[in-house]
Amino acid sequence: MTATPQSSPAPVRSGPPEPVGAPPKRSGRPYGEWLLAALLLLPNLALLVIFTYRPLADNIRLSFTDWNISAPVAHYIGFDNYTTWWHDPNAHQVLKNTLIFTVATVGISMALGLGLAILLDQQLRGRNLVRSAIFAPFVISGAAVGIAFQFVFDPNFGMIRDLFDRVGLSVPDFYQRPGWALFMVTATYIWKNLGYTFVIYLAALQGRRADLDEAAEIDGASAWRRFTKVLLPQLRPTTFFLSITVLLNSVQVFDIINVMTRGGPQGYGTTTLVYQVYRETFVNSRAGYGATIATIMFLILLVVTVVQVRVMDRGMRRD
Amino acid sequence: MTENAITGFEPNEKPAGAHQAEAASFGGVGMKIAGYLGMVAIFLLVALPLFWIVITSFKEKPDIYTQPAQWWPAHPTTAGYKSATTEIDFWAFFRNSVIITLLLSVAKIVLGVISAYALSLLRFPGRNLVFLVVIAALMVPNQITVISNYALVSQLGWRNTYQGIIIPLAGVAFGTFLMRNQFLSVPGEIIEAARLDGAGPLKLLWRVVLPMSWPTLIAFSIITVVNEWNEYLWPFLMSDDSRVGTLPIGLTQLQNNDGITNWGPVMAATVLAMLPVLIVFLALQRHMIKGLTAGAVKG
Repeated sequence: MTATPQSSPAPVRSGPPEPVGAPPKRSGRPYGEWLLAALLLLPNLALLVIFTYRPLADNIRLSFTDWNISAPVAHYIGFDNYTTWWHDPNAHQVLKNTLIFTVATVGISMALGLGLAILLDQQLRGRNLVRSAIFAPFVISGAAVGIAFQFVFDPNFGMIRDLFDRVGLSVPDFYQRPGWALFMVTATYIWKNLGYTFVIYLAALQGRRADLDEAAEIDGASAWRRFTKVLLPQLRPTTFFLSITVLLNSVQVFDIINVMTRGGPQGYGTTTLVYQVYRETFVNSRAGYGATIATIMFLILLVVTVVQVRVMDRGMRRD
Repeated sequence: MTENAITGFEPNEKPAGAHQAEAASFGGVGMKIAGYLGMVAIFLLVALPLFWIVITSFKEKPDIYTQPAQWWPAHPTTAGYKSATTEIDFWAFFRNSVIITLLLSVAKIVLGVISAYALSLLRFPGRNLVFLVVIAALMVPNQITVISNYALVSQLGWRNTYQGIIIPLAGVAFGTFLMRNQFLSVPGEIIEAARLDGAGPLKLLWRVVLPMSWPTLIAFSIITVVNEWNEYLWPFLMSDDSRVGTLPIGLTQLQNNDGITNWGPVMAATVLAMLPVLIVFLALQRHMIKGLTAGAVKG
């Protein structure tokens, strides 16, 4: 296949003009290019369609059935699963757990990540060691972190117990009390994922326009005013990006909860929507009901993300 | 070379007019002192649990349960490591993790690169639509797809097989997005010149576009390897034991053995599972951070 300047797919900046009277064409591109594109794209597209889009649609179909994961046949039962969920006494607690976990992880890891990024953007000795330390847990698997932190939080022999003892406090039983168990998995998740918001904010800080800040300082603006009026607006695109990615990741947490508490204690102490999907489908063999909860979760996520985009977009346009 | 370039916490490109304003922005002596205090606090917060895990893995069994706790093992021993690697089929889990991570990473990197190439440098009808289909997959949570995929893979008789774990995870959206943006940043003049010299599409990819994209490709590769090594939910559902189960699954098995947890071996196995990825991170953190921040940060 010989290429001519007209057939270049790259943005063509110069080139011979199209011959006058030639039929309008997308360009003199050889037919082979379509074929090659199809060949290169097909495997990936097929995988995404079969294992991402097909199950997304199939999940909605399953949510209207009484399927249990092992039986070959599923019966259509209309909206029964949805009404069951609406009246499920545990659904309320699961939603509350999900909300508390998500708001706490998103809020705390973003605020702390930004604070640490500002701190470690200063000229301090040893900051590179601390930067690496903050980011390191992010690469460890959630299952390993969950197991390790079970012993850190162990009420009888764990690290927290020992530290509390030393300052004369009594340690709560993180495994028996639902509130403390939820606190434990939330803290563990934040410990593991803090490095992500930190690194993204740090990169944003280092790429910002420092002259604006200096100008504000010369004009005598206080540190707080410079933070809220100069720095935060500059970081808005990054904050927007993080609020969406961190939220989507937090809502999907499975490994830490499965390893540390299995959704307990006292039934649904740390069960979130995602964990309930797993539990109903694979533990209680109610895959139809699990699919219903998955669909509800997807709808909630969709609405939240759309609202987030709207709000942040409006905020950005005002500047 | 600056201090930052060595450890990798350096911005990729600075927009014109930007420069480090460190210490200048919220500076002053008070900020310095607060800065060091904060640094020590956060370092302890991150490092203490890790230290605790490592210390426990070297303790003798009775020493783990003494009060007050020992912050240094009184009788250091590697017995925990011995039982961690013998009580469960540790090396089988380890081998599975290596095999699955390698195959899946190679598949994802190849698919990501060729999809990105087609979407950035080839012209065909519906190109934007195809791109949208790829990118929108990022928004679909894994947990939604798990139920139906589990049924499909079980029907195929692929549970407890490598292909059952690998193939459903092999589609790549993020990497396609990352590499496409990189390929689009290759100057058009260079591509045109190569074409004039008679380079076909594949030669163009292999000889011109890819060599100019090494940093992004490396960042994409490292992030992929780390993610696949840590993948939990799908391998957990697809494997029952050490035949194809990965390390995280082995870890949870060790913990559940005979009801009560023997923390020494569990912590030893945890350390062994964390170590490879921490070494990769320490060696290559600069590239990893580049990949993560690409697209996230606009000056």
